[in-house]
Amino acid sequence: MKEQLLQDGKAVGDRLSRVDGRLKVTGAAKYSAEYELPGLVHGVLVGSTVAKGRITSIDTKAAERAPGVLAVITHLNSPKVPGFAAKSNPDEPPTIGQPLRVFYDEKIYFNDQPIALVVADTLERARYAARLVKTQYAAEQHRTNFEANKSRAFLPTQAKRNPKSAQNDYTRGQADGYQNAPVKLEAEYVHESEMHNPMELQSIIAHWEAPDRLTVYDKVQAVKGTQRAFAKDWGLPEDHVKVIATFVGGAFGNGLHNWPHETAAIIGAKVTNRPVKVVLTREQMFTMVGYRPKTWQRIQMGATKDGKLVGISHESVGQTSTYEEFTESTVQQTRMMYAAPNVSTRYRILGLDISTPIWMRGPGEATGAFALESAIDEMAHLIGMDPLEFRLRNHTDTDPEKNKPWSTKYLKECFQAGADRIGWNKRQLKPGALREGDWLVGYGMGVGTFGANRGSAKARAALLADGSVVLQSATTDIGPGTGTAMVQIASDALGLPTDKIRFELGNSLFPQAPSQGGSSTVNTVGSAVNDACLALKKKLQELGGTSFANVQPEQLTLTGGQLGLKANGGPRMSFADLRKANNGQDIEVTIESKPDGSTRQNYSMYSFSVHFAEVKVHTMTGEVRVTKMVSCADAGTIVNQKTAGSQMIGGAIGGIGMALTEGAVMDDRFGRYVTKDLADYHVPVHADAPPVEVFFVNKPDTLVDPLGTKGIGEIAIIGVAPAITNAIFNATGKRIRELPITPDKVLLA
Amino acid sequence: MDNEMPPQPAAEGCGHNETRRNFLKQSSLLTALALAPGPILKAAEAELDETVAAAFEKVPLKLDVNGKKYKLSVEPRTTLLDLLREQLHLTGTKKGCDYGQCGACTVHVDGKRVNSCLTLAVMQDGKKVTTIEGLADGDKLHPMQEAFLKHDGFQCGYCTPGQIMSAVACIREGHADSEGEIKEYMSGNICRCGAYPNIVAAIQEVKSGGQKV
Repeated sequence: MKEQLLQDGKAVGDRLSRVDGRLKVTGAAKYSAEYELPGLVHGVLVGSTVAKGRITSIDTKAAERAPGVLAVITHLNSPKVPGFAAKSNPDEPPTIGQPLRVFYDEKIYFNDQPIALVVADTLERARYAARLVKTQYAAEQHRTNFEANKSRAFLPTQAKRNPKSAQNDYTRGQADGYQNAPVKLEAEYVHESEMHNPMELQSIIAHWEAPDRLTVYDKVQAVKGTQRAFAKDWGLPEDHVKVIATFVGGAFGNGLHNWPHETAAIIGAKVTNRPVKVVLTREQMFTMVGYRPKTWQRIQMGATKDGKLVGISHESVGQTSTYEEFTESTVQQTRMMYAAPNVSTRYRILGLDISTPIWMRGPGEATGAFALESAIDEMAHLIGMDPLEFRLRNHTDTDPEKNKPWSTKYLKECFQAGADRIGWNKRQLKPGALREGDWLVGYGMGVGTFGANRGSAKARAALLADGSVVLQSATTDIGPGTGTAMVQIASDALGLPTDKIRFELGNSLFPQAPSQGGSSTVNTVGSAVNDACLALKKKLQELGGTSFANVQPEQLTLTGGQLGLKANGGPRMSFADLRKANNGQDIEVTIESKPDGSTRQNYSMYSFSVHFAEVKVHTMTGEVRVTKMVSCADAGTIVNQKTAGSQMIGGAIGGIGMALTEGAVMDDRFGRYVTKDLADYHVPVHADAPPVEVFFVNKPDTLVDPLGTKGIGEIAIIGVAPAITNAIFNATGKRIRELPITPDKVLLA
Repeated sequence: MDNEMPPQPAAEGCGHNETRRNFLKQSSLLTALALAPGPILKAAEAELDETVAAAFEKVPLKLDVNGKKYKLSVEPRTTLLDLLREQLHLTGTKKGCDYGQCGACTVHVDGKRVNSCLTLAVMQDGKKVTTIEGLADGDKLHPMQEAFLKHDGFQCGYCTPGQIMSAVACIREGHADSEGEIKEYMSGNICRCGAYPNIVAAIQEVKSGGQKV
């Protein structure tokens, strides 16, 4: 059947079921906490109970005496991590500052900061003993209240140091030129911090296989980046640190940073000379592994009465910690999405006594799109125009920020497809006009965009004795189905059925690949896999000798256990003979694949999406139900319609959480979150998820990469929240500018 | 279930083979300790901690997990989830919250779905536990597993075992008659990747296929 498929068409574009699906549905897939190691013991972290200050005493006697306890590690007895001292003033992108040095000194930077690790022979004993650690603090006045401290926000250091940094203020045309428009609006938008909350708790098993050889099974999005970080921490050659992340149970960005619990586990393993497993609790997932930062935004917008934007000014303040400067591209979409002649953006960050944020799906852009796309809707309403028509009137066929052509842009196709599918013609211009019993019905839309990035990556391809091909690259798969896409790409490049190809990832021993983030894995690693397969084929062709010498590589096939030609007849050579020609060795290649810098210089490369939402709002309770969503993407070539569709659906549902349910609530008296589990912090559940229809333009953009892909993960969520908030306005006439829109806000608006 | 299970050798690598009598003997020791004068206790504190703990921390337990009979001795505070994952190395059952809020740890106990993080292992004495590892018939996947593959009812795969165990129970309970009903009765199983519509489609297909689940 697969052989048939190859003759009929390509594997890319097929709805191939996940190659690792069987492992996942049978429970055989191993996540980071699930490796059995001899002598493995358990570590439980103790967190601080003040948000700022110093530890004045920490009494570990009772914990040390508790049954089964092997070690209680605090700043008083922790071995010094060699790299910590060197990091007194690090300047490591993307964040500036000092990643928290766990157990380094007595200073407390945020509530629930890890201050002790209790290691015991069983989880139960470690958990019990952790409760026996008694700590006293000299607490200092903490600052956790965003609004009260907003005036302290500052320009990120990286922008101060580098005038070319995108975090600097930006102006095109006239500064605040919106003011000259006949129709003006000004609005402020806020969303609370959101936690990634992947279903897998952040987990690590740290194992010193020798005093200078460290292996970690770790929930990370970058095995190579983690390898570098820990090698640097411990003063080891990189190849002495091995990082395994074969399966990652979701991450959504929180695996893009290395966190204190990882180093705590490594210290624990060092002290006890045993493999130590640390699995965070769900509460600790709120305090120790990042979040989408609470952000305040103001949009000032001016337009003509016939719907031409005159100007947009977009100001943003995002939260960070006091010890790291976390930044994201909150104002980017405002700079390039619409043909406004006058645009000003201003980005600031605010350091609070809370742990450091980290990019969460659709980082920055999802935040910015909430403000921009809401304001676009507000302006359309002010001038009495359909918001889809208003967007079309301000559509731009070149990038107005960089003054370059788009590599591709099929956003208008997305508009059309989405409007047809949601039934946009049912939408009434006047809010509150559609009613079904006690429910008001509304329609809204929101646009998303994200850079179509491609980096460098290496891949290895080897033809094995059994006629199968194995590919390796040190990327990860946090859920999108990376291995499946890579197998499809390799299948086309090799002319070999997908069931004869295996792709291996999540191991730092494999060739270099960047982190899985920024929607760039298929663009980057897919290109490397493609190139590695072509190089393998070339090598086979060479080994095949003169009879294959004048054949175009794309005419070659690897079916039936032999090198042959697509056309009937012609030369054939068995893999066994090819191996003989290779001195009996596996035939393998490792290549590096890089983007073409000059092409990237000449074009502006983005993925685009538009989301349409139909909502019902209950007139008595204020409850909002999203009843239907349509998500449309211009993401270049779609490698796998099934898994890509799932990514879009997942992004839409994540966006429902952002719009309606998710928000961390801080008790500023203690600087501690009130929401600290999944009963208080509501992520969408089955009952919240409407049918989501997905449309892909599916036109290749070969300027981004040879496969024509542009990236899906981020645009799946960027623009979803404003689609919903705009639909709520259309249903009720109530404009709510604070997320999440819980029923109380609807009723009180 | 049957408490008079015939004596079985402990499953390989599954802990001590302790009897109830043994436990009672240790309990008497504890009573004696409780009555001992303070200074004696203090003097022997370090060693006694371990002795006392060992007595307290081990309770005999018989379990049938996926058709395999286990005779175990476990700490009373050990949850069924941690027993499965940490001692029996059945890691297909996942820990997502430890509070019964996410459903990742769903298993069947005597055929009913249970959040294994909310139940102590010792409460399941003599019961029959089915985990995701025991759902398939050898190499032949359960229809629900097949349907999840076909409809792509997962992404990262972490909530998947719980979703599948819940989905099977949802049909068995008679709570899968409509999309709305499925969504309601599956809402205890969170999928952060947002595979919900695909999961519901998988359940509907299995339900309408009429296969025995």
